[in-house]
This record gives sequence, structure tokens and C-alpha cells, in this order.
Amino acid sequence: MYKYDHFDQSIVDARVAEFRDQVNRRIAGEITEDQFKPLRLMNGLYLQLHAYMLRVAIPYGTLDSRQMRMLAHIARKYDRDYGHFTTRQNIQYNWIKLEECPDLLAELATVEMHAIQTSGNCIRNISSDQYAGAAADEVADPRPWAELLRQWSTFHPEFSYLPRKFKIAVIASPEDRAAMRLHDIGLELVRHNGELGARVFVGGGMGRTPMIAPEINPFVKADDLLSYIEACLRVYNRYGRRDNIYKARIKILVHEIGADEYRRQVAEEFAHVKTLGIDPPLAELERISAFFAPPAFDAADVEPDRSDPDFAVWLDQNVKPHKQAGYAIVNISLKPIGGIPGDATSAQIDVMADLAEQYGFDELRVTHAQNIVLPHVAKRDLHAVWQALREADLANANLDLISDIIACPGLDYCSLANARSIPVAQKIATRFADMDRQRDLGELKLKISGCINACGHHHAGHIGILGVDRKGVENYQLTFGGSGAEDVSIGKIIGPGFDEDGVVDAVEKATEVYKTLREGDERFIDTYRRVGLEPFKEAIYG
Amino acid sequence: MKLLTGNELRSGAVTWWTGSGWSLHVEDAVDVGEHGEAVLHAEEGARRVNAPYIIDAVATPQGPRPAHIKDRVRALGPTVRPDLTLKPADPAAGDWII
Repeated sequence: MYKYDHFDQSIVDARVAEFRDQVNRRIAGEITEDQFKPLRLMNGLYLQLHAYMLRVAIPYGTLDSRQMRMLAHIARKYDRDYGHFTTRQNIQYNWIKLEECPDLLAELATVEMHAIQTSGNCIRNISSDQYAGAAADEVADPRPWAELLRQWSTFHPEFSYLPRKFKIAVIASPEDRAAMRLHDIGLELVRHNGELGARVFVGGGMGRTPMIAPEINPFVKADDLLSYIEACLRVYNRYGRRDNIYKARIKILVHEIGADEYRRQVAEEFAHVKTLGIDPPLAELERISAFFAPPAFDAADVEPDRSDPDFAVWLDQNVKPHKQAGYAIVNISLKPIGGIPGDATSAQIDVMADLAEQYGFDELRVTHAQNIVLPHVAKRDLHAVWQALREADLANANLDLISDIIACPGLDYCSLANARSIPVAQKIATRFADMDRQRDLGELKLKISGCINACGHHHAGHIGILGVDRKGVENYQLTFGGSGAEDVSIGKIIGPGFDEDGVVDAVEKATEVYKTLREGDERFIDTYRRVGLEPFKEAIYG
Repeated sequence: MKLLTGNELRSGAVTWWTGSGWSLHVEDAVDVGEHGEAVLHAEEGARRVNAPYIIDAVATPQGPRPAHIKDRVRALGPTVRPDLTLKPADPAAGDWII
């Protein structure tokens, strides 16, 4: 894992001191809320429905047990004993007091964490593949590149006031586990004739105008990557619309001028940027990469005893192959049946930290699906890990099944939301609680947003649910056919919306149609793509 | 009826104008009628409330009930965590929101 150097630590400490002064001035009445709001947002502090909400950055979703324990400590000391892991691989606290926030941030800074650039029209937390460094199919470890981008984008003077927020994802596998093409910039590290570079996709996103990022460059050499991304941002910063918030994201710019013209302008800008010498020297890349050296794998390749049927189901569902023989990737589901997707108590967060320290080379990852990963667990330890998780109510064997639902906080917490998301997720998970039934349905990614901003990624759900306000009453639209994976697609609205119970019934009817029509190993989305919407519509709307 | 609501500056907690001060409980809120804007500006200026705004509500025997579900959620707390609402001992309290 990357460790802060003197510069990293000093800028974070300085920001804490600066924000403490700003908070004091706000409480003393020296600045108004209008003056203070942009300052608190730059430090991840929102005012939500019930209280201030703080979003803490977890760079590319990677953290160690010391940091994870600090997240538990923050939940215990400053919040109400829990935290909410988000689709941007971050964590949010829902009940923060303004007057305590500077102390909270000071404690976070002691473990090399902060909340900088988790809000505002700047480059947000870089996201990545939660299996980085462990996946057998990666061509390189994406984390050094994500870290380089983190450093480059932190307090970048030119990109601190962009037309709108900006999200970047880096992956290095053909399998996309990070919804890469639904980002403002998506990078897929690839090799051409042994040389490392990246496919660059620009102009993806969800929100009210979902778009899949077109490929702007099929291969940018690693040595040029930072300059190329700088050029991508410069063109956006120059021509992105600042007059209309709904048209301010880069996806609108790329769409309106066209990918070819955008590509041409980036190439022109790149030729200039390349003369500025911003690409890091090899020594700096090597310095960063050294932090991500593989751990000392030494476990024998032994298969775990599968005689306990519950353990065997968990192995099959939540444990994934590791590139190193003798090891496995453990997914910890934060989606208990009837629970709140992404929420974990401080005690649970501590348990996960302990397991990472004892069994996982001290590493954890947060996934965009609001789960936690222990990326490097020896197979011989899987049973012990499972037992500990089970005791903490963290052994839900539902990864990628219908109850592994992404849901935004919705109207229960969020001031932007139009409808509640969490109760719908709870009802669907409860309806499909039976594990055999879930496993029979197979991979089915269900995602729920409480408003058009799409924080719950409903556009990318095999089944998506969008909560809307219909004359003061919650109403839920269904979308089918979305995917955030390598088979990326945007879901389509299937027809009129439903009330809360109605949408649960509609989802169940859709699964029945799938079971009737599926062929071979088809997933729900495969069947939907093959047969189209009509059979589903007929069953749901009669 | 019209209610004036906002958040406490220091804690962020939801507050309601009672006619003479602020309360965490919507039951204590009073109809501000046509005077809402004046009270809003005075209270915001004095830093006794943050991000205030005026909402529509309906008078009921149990007290004012905000017209929009969002403000009812604000008034009570998250429907999915009854233990964190203002009425944790009342399991039926959430029915008031819906």
C-alpha cells in the first residue's frame, strides 16, 4: 500500500488546520452559510436531511487495517456507531456535528486519510478494480496508476473549479469490475507488443443523461498517460458548459461536438502539454510502484474442506480465484437480507480490520457494489475467516445475486432524493431470501437510485429501479438491460412505474419470465437481450 | 399552514420554529403564516438556524404534519432505522411518515 511522504502528510495536516479555522469562523458568525458552503463541500461535508454528512475518501478503495479501525473509531466517537460504504468506494457518516468535524479530520489525518475532493466540481476519488494485485486476468497492477492520478489530481490548480464533478476509473483487466466506461474518464491498462499503455475512454456517466464513454484513444503509452489525461481535462475545462448544470458534465461536451472532434482537440492539446514535462520520471513511477509490490505469498495450495454446506455455498459464491496458487480473494457482503446495503457497524468494521491483519496481509478493499474485499487470503485460512465473518453477521453468501443490491441512501438520508431506496432493497432481498432460489437465478445485478442523479447506478442494473416523486408520492420506475461490466449497456424503462410493493412484485414476475425462457447458462441479462422486453412486459403489465 | 424549519448550525440537527425559539420536535412548530420570511431572515442572521426554509403542512390533532414526505422524514428520522429516530420506542412512528 502507498504510504504518505512528508509532502502528502503536510498538505493533509495543513488542510485540517485551514478547515478548523473556517469552521470556527462560521460558528462565530464571521462568514455566512453561502460563503461557508463551498468550503465545507471541498472537505466532503454536506448538509443532508437529518444532519451534516461527511464523505471520507478511500483512494481506489484500498485501505489497511489501521485505517479501517480508524473508520470504526470515527463511527463510534463522532457518529452513531455505523458507516455507509458508497458506490465510489468511499465511506459516508450520516450524523456528523459541524463543531466536531475538525477534530474528526485531524484523527483521520493520523492514518493518512482525509475527505478532500469528495465533493465539489473537481476530480473526485479515483476508483479502480477491487481485485487489483490479485486478479489473474490483469495485465498490470492498476493501483500505481491510480495513485499517480491521485497525486496529480490532488489540489490540481487548473482543475479545482471544473464545470462539474469529474470521476476517473482505472482498470487493468478485460473483465470490468469498476464500471469503467460509465466514468468521465475510464482507463483500461493494456499491453501492445509487451509495452504498457492504456485504452482511454472519455465521456461516460450515469445521472439524468446516461452515456457510455466512447474510446478516444486505443493506446496511449504509459509514458504519455498523464499528459494525455491532462489534455483531456484541459479541453473539457475550456469548452465544458458552465451555464447549465444539467449539461456541464464532459459526456455532454463529447456528445455534442462528437468523439472525433473531441479526439482531435485532445490530440492538439496533448502535443502542447507534452512539451511541459508533466509526466513523472521513471524513478517516481518506480517509487510509487514499490508500495504495491506483491506480499510474501508462501501458503501451500490446499483446497478447503467443503463438508460444511453453508461454508461450501459461501466458497462458491463469495470467494474468487487469486493469481497466486494457494490464495483466494474473499468478498465480504454488506447486504444481509433485510439490512441496509453498504452499512456496517463499528464492531463489524473492526472485525474486518482484524481479519485483514490476521489473514490478509493487512489489506482491504471497498467495492463500488458497496461490499468489502480481502484480496489476499490463504486458502488454508478460508474456513477460519468464514467463521469469524459468520459470528459478525458478515458471511452472507450472496455476491452478485439478486439480494446483493446497490442502493443509494435515498430519501431516508439524502436531501436530493425523491424516493426511498433502502426499503425497496430490503423488501426485494427479503422476498428472495431463500438462498437456493437466489442461486438458481444466478448473477442478477439489481441497482436502486432514489433520484435521477443515479448514485445507486440504476442505469447499469440488469434490473434497475429509479425512485421518482409523483405528486408527493413515491413511485418506482423499472429499467431492464443495463450493465456496468465489460458488456456495458444502459437499461431501458419498461413502462409505467409502481408503488413500493408493486415494484417488488414486478421484479419477481420478471425473474419468473427469465426462469421460463432462459437457455443453457444464460444470465437474466443474457435472456433479456435475446428475447427482448415484450415477454417481460406482458407478464408484468398483463 | 406554513412551518419554518432549518438545521442547527453546530450539530446540523433538524429544527422547527416554535414562535419564540427552535425545537427538535415538529409537534412544537407553529404556523408562521405570512411572517415566515421575516422570521427566517432574522433567525438566520442571528445564526440561530442554518439553511432555513418554509414548508407547507397540515394541522392535525397530533400537531402539524409536513405536506411533503421529505419533510416528514426530516421531522422524524430515517424510516429504515427506527432506533435513530426521535421516537425510537414507538415502532409505529414511521407510519406517520408514509
